[in-house]
Amino acid sequence: MSTREMTMVEALRDGLRVAMHSDPGVFLIGEDLGIPGGFGGGFTVTLGLAEEFGHARVMDTPVSEIAIIGAAVGAALVGMRPIAEMQYGDFVFCGMDQVVNQAAKMHYMSNGQVSVPMVLRLPVGASARGAQHSQSTEAWFMHTPGLKVVCPSNPYDAKGLLLAAIRDNNPVIFLEHKLLYGGKGGRKESASAARVVGVPDDDYEVPLGTVSVKREGSDLTILANMLMLHRAMEAAEVLARRGILAEVIDMRCLTPLDMQPLTASAQKTGRVLIVEEDNLTGGWGAEVAARLNEVAFFYLDAPVTRVAAPDTPTPSAPILEHEYVPSVERVIEAAVRIMAG
Amino acid sequence: MTKLLSLPLETVQDMYRRMVLIRRFEDQLYALFLQGVVPGTLHQYQGQEAVAVGVCTALRPDDVIFSTHRPVGHFLARGSTARGIAAEIMGKADGCAGGKGGQMHLTDVSIGAMPSNAVVGANIPIATGAALGFQLRGQDRVAVSFFGDGASNIGAFHEGVNLAAVKDAPVIFVCENNQYGASTAISSMMRIADIADRAAAYGITGCVVDGMDVIAVYQAALEAVEKARRGGGPTLLECKTYRYAGHSRGDPGGYRSREEVEHWRERDPIPQLRTLLINERGLSETELMAIENTCQLEVREAIEFALNSPEPAIEETYLNVYAEDK
Repeated sequence: MSTREMTMVEALRDGLRVAMHSDPGVFLIGEDLGIPGGFGGGFTVTLGLAEEFGHARVMDTPVSEIAIIGAAVGAALVGMRPIAEMQYGDFVFCGMDQVVNQAAKMHYMSNGQVSVPMVLRLPVGASARGAQHSQSTEAWFMHTPGLKVVCPSNPYDAKGLLLAAIRDNNPVIFLEHKLLYGGKGGRKESASAARVVGVPDDDYEVPLGTVSVKREGSDLTILANMLMLHRAMEAAEVLARRGILAEVIDMRCLTPLDMQPLTASAQKTGRVLIVEEDNLTGGWGAEVAARLNEVAFFYLDAPVTRVAAPDTPTPSAPILEHEYVPSVERVIEAAVRIMAG
Repeated sequence: MTKLLSLPLETVQDMYRRMVLIRRFEDQLYALFLQGVVPGTLHQYQGQEAVAVGVCTALRPDDVIFSTHRPVGHFLARGSTARGIAAEIMGKADGCAGGKGGQMHLTDVSIGAMPSNAVVGANIPIATGAALGFQLRGQDRVAVSFFGDGASNIGAFHEGVNLAAVKDAPVIFVCENNQYGASTAISSMMRIADIADRAAAYGITGCVVDGMDVIAVYQAALEAVEKARRGGGPTLLECKTYRYAGHSRGDPGGYRSREEVEHWRERDPIPQLRTLLINERGLSETELMAIENTCQLEVREAIEFALNSPEPAIEETYLNVYAEDK
């Protein structure tokens, strides 16, 4: 399998291309996806795809989030595999009925007569744009039965998870962190933490419902997703120099949630730190902490601890946003505190 | 009432049969509800039968319909079985959705009836999406979205109709204007007399149809369906109609006058078609009663079936949350 160096934007675009080649039922729907001279979606992921697949399959819509998501639901009901894009993840709230009441419940309400194989792509994360273009929304969907939730941290996973999501027979919420998109062939954010990695050209899938151990360690388990995974990895490097060996797990899929590796790691290390960009209350970390409490309590030497954004809207000024988003330093501090406890 | 024109007798008789079936079924359900047999709520369709039957008669088996919280008429008109609906409404295992849907969430994909939608207006963009799916596949199938007058004030209406318009999606928007959104008169919630006028804002055809005249509904629907199949895009059909029952269970309808209800009942779609069948096609009283008796029998059999159907197995609670892997 030949590989190419790709940013996440390139890997996602490649995933879309592979899916559209392999299945004529796959199509894209959203705002500014394929306008000639336009920008290929909010973050250039769909750039060039209209030229390759035509404007029918790279369907540009009015500014109508209810209609984008609703049309994806309807098309999925009749056997298509739509991939809908919100220009910014925050805008999904305009179409939330279509996600929570429609996409998520159709299979159940119909007693399995219909299914809704669609993907909803949401660019998330703070990037100096203020409160309405910055939210990390994964917990909203994790709380909704019937949805799957995916949040990759790197280009390889992004492509493989996207392909798996497209081929899954359920509605999948696919979160993409703006600071992980990367620049090559795409729009690079100034604060970008994007890595370019080797990504296979071919068709491959990373199974949904999996987490990934990114670094092994024996003293402490750190669970993190998307941008926070990179902060956690940096923190683990610093901690290692101080003699604290952290195991870092990428929470790349939140629903279904694969508790087994998390439980095993917690039992091994006895200490768990959760790092999320979502605000603290009711975030995915709260759910994971509660479950670990149920299954690994007697193995724990310290309370499961969370480092998360505060319970405020996302501020815009860089210095305030820096305070809001969990930093490497905060991860290190929390880890040291847990180890001392 | 509109003349029957060249419609085959068999078709018109079947339209009559389905309208009677809906009326008898709904009446019987209400009686059962009063006896405490029906859990939850009921949203009934008596009075509006001509809309469901007129529209569904204009469809092909491979078309799809998207119904509402008041779905019984649409499902029976489309050809779903009364027994599956009755059992579903009573929360039984043999219901068309295994008891997991309930009165407002019927589904019968075998006859092209997608999950009915109890969020007002939500099926408008969904039907549009189904139509876009047909268009992308190069099929000449159409999707129908049924909704009420109240739904024409919700955002999903604007977004869904506009998207369908700009894409020439093969979808028919059937607005059943029964004059009230729950207890609120539509005339107090919009400044125009005809919802069909809104079509102009989207650059599509809109027309007002007498929703108490099944033949008029059928003709308007057929025109819209054929136009959509040819790639001519969506149509907004506003069918002026009336629900005889309250909005839902336990609504005595105190917000409307007896005179108003009587005014609409005088234009009841079922006797209208009955008279037409006698006058224009020479059907005898005996022949019509035979049709009516068939409906009565079907309703009775369906209710009996539903009453005797077992309750769903407890483990069903946990099934069908997620679709199986490919």
